[in-house]
Amino acid sequence: MGGTKARLLDGAEIRRSVTRIAHEILERNKGAGEVALVGIANRGDDLARRLAAEIERIEGEQVPVGALDITFYRDDIGMRAEAPEVHETRIGFDINGRTVVLVDDVLFTGRTIRAAMDALVDFGRPTAIQLAVLVDRGHRELPIRPDYVGKNVPTRKDEDVRVMLAELDGEDAVILEERGAAPRSPAGKAAKGDER
Amino acid sequence: MNRHLLSIHDVSAVDIVRILDTAESFREVGTRVIKKVPALRGRTIVNLFYENSTRTRISFELAAKRLSADVINFTTSGTSVSKGESLKDTALTLQAMGADAIVIRHSSSGAPFTLTKWVKGSVLNAGDGTHEHPTQALLDMYTMRERLGKIEGLRVAIVGDVLHSRVARSLSFGLVKMGAEVTLVGPPTLIPPEAPSWGVQVSYDIDGVLPKLDVCYMLRVQRERQRQQYFPSVREYSRLFGLTNARVGMLPEGSLIMHPGPMNRGVEIDSDVADLPQSVIEEQVTNGIAVRMSLLYLLLGGTGVEEASADV
Repeated sequence: MGGTKARLLDGAEIRRSVTRIAHEILERNKGAGEVALVGIANRGDDLARRLAAEIERIEGEQVPVGALDITFYRDDIGMRAEAPEVHETRIGFDINGRTVVLVDDVLFTGRTIRAAMDALVDFGRPTAIQLAVLVDRGHRELPIRPDYVGKNVPTRKDEDVRVMLAELDGEDAVILEERGAAPRSPAGKAAKGDER
Repeated sequence: MNRHLLSIHDVSAVDIVRILDTAESFREVGTRVIKKVPALRGRTIVNLFYENSTRTRISFELAAKRLSADVINFTTSGTSVSKGESLKDTALTLQAMGADAIVIRHSSSGAPFTLTKWVKGSVLNAGDGTHEHPTQALLDMYTMRERLGKIEGLRVAIVGDVLHSRVARSLSFGLVKMGAEVTLVGPPTLIPPEAPSWGVQVSYDIDGVLPKLDVCYMLRVQRERQRQQYFPSVREYSRLFGLTNARVGMLPEGSLIMHPGPMNRGVEIDSDVADLPQSVIEEQVTNGIAVRMSLLYLLLGGTGVEEASADV
């Protein structure tokens, strides 16, 4: 792919990161008991399912997994040419009294997470909300900090971090690109960093 | 997408799929404890209804409120319109008050189009004369797709007073655009002579059509039409074109019965038939809110201006 500057994580490294984060979630919450995972669409929901599978493998317990679309909670609706594309929200369990771990692929400005927290509290009142991300690339614009990080990557604002997952993209990889290098279609599949 | 929704001709087949897919997400919002999202916070939507309406107006109002927009309901009685204010002046007044979108129902065909020349915001046609009612067609297509899994290839009959029905026009155009096979059924006096040019079939014999249908869509009989001699009597109409208890058995298993409401039970549809499990008339109403949320979101959620504003 033209414009690729570096491969930040390969498939095996992503797998190890997911395994480590699964262990950290269990350690921090003293087991899987009240934990639920909610992934932010796209790709966050796939990561959440992988984390849940790891937790089940380690602990032998199934944790509920949901998918959250934050489009309706974005702070830039009406500022772009087209209304942002909407994905599916699926939270088939009661979040009241649970510790909900929000899962996303890339943490950048923090605005997606702000929107996700707003969306989540419309479903109920979780005991706590924690945040797990595969890549933290910095440049926060809001006071938001992740609890679990796959890899910290110092970036420039004009770079893009692209996460590819087998479920959507056919392979597992995280790459660093020059902004505008990747084709922006199909809509909504652009790199996370570029979106907000 | 076009900034306005005046006619089904304003949206392409791709747009229709996008509208229905987005409506799917809004259906999910309707199942939450808090059925409201902040997507259109701070926007003002005006319901400008020059004709009586219950379900369409309430549906639009609920849709706008669930998107957190501010809604103003403007009906003709008890307002400046009853003092003789023209549509243009009413529109300019609403515009001066900062309306981002106007949902209009008017007895004159073309009134929504005229409105677009005076206002800057989006205009949504909620039924104009005997012209079109595009949001009804979209919610009907949503209901068909949800229940039957697709629209393409569906065999749909639209039965009744097609001539005066804006619903029939919009739905025919939409279904043909999506690749369904549409048959219009009714007395010859109530089928518009130009109907074959819409890409639909025409039949005057409901019994010949029913056994081959996926969807039987009944239109409301407007009783005043009988006085205008379009058909001899309501009883005769009901016997020849009503979906009666005796007739409903001719529909294939798994087919749907639909009606845009308000129904005349015992005229175009027997009361028991309207309450059958295969009748999805109430689902149409529920889906209407989601489809109108989708439309308002897609029309008002962007600036409509192509510009590089990615870095917000």
